[in-house]
Amino acid sequence: MFQIRIHGRGGQGVVTATEMLSVAAFVEGHYAQAFPSFGSERTGAPVVAFCRIADKEIRLREPIMEPDALIIQDPTLLHQIDVFAGLKEGGYVLLNSSHSFEDIGLGDLVKERGHERMCTLPATELGLKHVGRPIPNVPLIAGFAALSDMIKLESVILAINEKFSGKVAEGNIAAATEAYNLVKEQMKERADA
Amino acid sequence: MLKQTEGSKAVAESIALCRPEVICAYPISPQTHIVEALGEMVKSRTLTPCEYINVESEFAAMSVAIGASAAGARSYTATASQGLLFMVEAVYNASGLGLPIVMTVANRAIGAPINIWNDHSDSLSQRDSGWMQLFAETNQEAVDLHIQAFRLAEELSMPIMVCMDGFILTHAFERVDIPSQEQVDGFLPPYEPRQVLDPVEPISIGAMVGPEAFMEVRYLAHAKQMQALERIPQLAAEFKQQFGRDSGGLVRPYFTEDAETIIIAMGSVLGTIKDTVDEMRAEGHKIGVLGIISYRPFPLEQVRAALINCKRFVVLEKSLAVGLGGIVATDVRMAVTGTGLRGFTAIAGLGGRPIPKSSLHKLFREAEQETLAPVTFVDLDHDAVNKQLERERQTRRSGPIAENILYDKGIASAAKFG
Repeated sequence: MFQIRIHGRGGQGVVTATEMLSVAAFVEGHYAQAFPSFGSERTGAPVVAFCRIADKEIRLREPIMEPDALIIQDPTLLHQIDVFAGLKEGGYVLLNSSHSFEDIGLGDLVKERGHERMCTLPATELGLKHVGRPIPNVPLIAGFAALSDMIKLESVILAINEKFSGKVAEGNIAAATEAYNLVKEQMKERADA
Repeated sequence: MLKQTEGSKAVAESIALCRPEVICAYPISPQTHIVEALGEMVKSRTLTPCEYINVESEFAAMSVAIGASAAGARSYTATASQGLLFMVEAVYNASGLGLPIVMTVANRAIGAPINIWNDHSDSLSQRDSGWMQLFAETNQEAVDLHIQAFRLAEELSMPIMVCMDGFILTHAFERVDIPSQEQVDGFLPPYEPRQVLDPVEPISIGAMVGPEAFMEVRYLAHAKQMQALERIPQLAAEFKQQFGRDSGGLVRPYFTEDAETIIIAMGSVLGTIKDTVDEMRAEGHKIGVLGIISYRPFPLEQVRAALINCKRFVVLEKSLAVGLGGIVATDVRMAVTGTGLRGFTAIAGLGGRPIPKSSLHKLFREAEQETLAPVTFVDLDHDAVNKQLERERQTRRSGPIAENILYDKGIASAAKFG
């Protein structure tokens, strides 16, 4: 079983992101379970949501305390809560930022955990560019697909089309595609370096 | 059709397939998504003929359901927590009048302190209301139980609550098989009421009944639930035949045959318990699980049969009978009267406190050793409790308990910063 935890703030589509991830996993034939942390969400308040992916029925209902992957939708959370709590060794980290981990003072973390499974992505900018709104969730799940190879970009696009229609869907697909390619490029650069 | 969807959405689709004629509800978390989705279906005429009535309160919701049902319409509503409490007088009337209303309860704690999260306090408070109560373990089961509930309610002309864990199920996206309209029509015939308010053939419903007949009317409510004990397994078997899956029934045993220790629970926590039991079985522990699906009527005979060969049992429940201990545990103990079985009660998950596998491993091992207290509060913060008790010993004006505990735990409280 693969467990993903997404941290963000109310209004950033954190819950929707886990739901879409679960749909993308489902269309690939996996079992998936997505659920929010059930707070009384308010715009701007820290929000956590979870997604499990497995190849048999998922019965477990506890919150994800030891994630295999972390998606951090808002870098300002790093100063507020321990988003890395319980992250498994070799776990993936995808952070919404236009800066590198080193630039935002997380160089040690990269040294400790290694470059292969950590990536930053300017997801808010991608949301603004393609959808006209600073919502980073869709670029981040596409970025996660690129980082982990857990799901295909096409499955993310299917999930987008299930959730949105018309121009919003088109914009999100463009944002997802660019995010996917950006992460793949970053990983290739690192592998070549 | 197999779908990855939200529990509430799946249940709304299931209700729509049951062809309700009147839906009335007042929104309250975590039930809201269900009636919102149904409202959209009625408005877009994908669910037709059906009247969706916006009401001003839960009391009105149940009152409208009673009126609609008495007029011969298949009636549905949904609620939770304080909403259920607010409609209680009408809840008793629905069962007392023998009206087969189906209501989803998206189980949520009862305040004060106000809390929107899941436990079973709300529907269990209506234990003796005369409504049947069926508890879903998964969203698939929630979908399936609603279809079975309309059939059972209408056969017996008695109302049913289908209980599903608020947020944990209602807001979870998971794989659900939504049946076809043909399948549901093949299982659930059109509603044929036993009593109808019809201007063409006027009757009255709701007579005042004195000492000469009240006992008989109440007894019949009990007798119908006893009939339900027979019908529930039959309907689950028929459902399996037509839909190809196990859903519903009275109880669901899991590795109970050779178990020395059996854990009894209701609702979605059964999934986490089964995962824990699988891990313990792999280590050689003789442990099993008994899920209770039908809380009312309570399957005394089936619970006794499942437990009779074990050495000890633990009732793990998301509810608390303040001043006694367990609510479900009391019924389970009645089922094993005279067997001499050792029973423990574990109160867990109140107000949405997570119930992790790690806590269950510890609890179940202590149960095996029989070192558990008769009533255990799983993951209770004893330090926080003792601190408040000490405060009360030292100061008369010790202040509001909830605010004090929040303050002690370092969670900002309006009272302290106001």
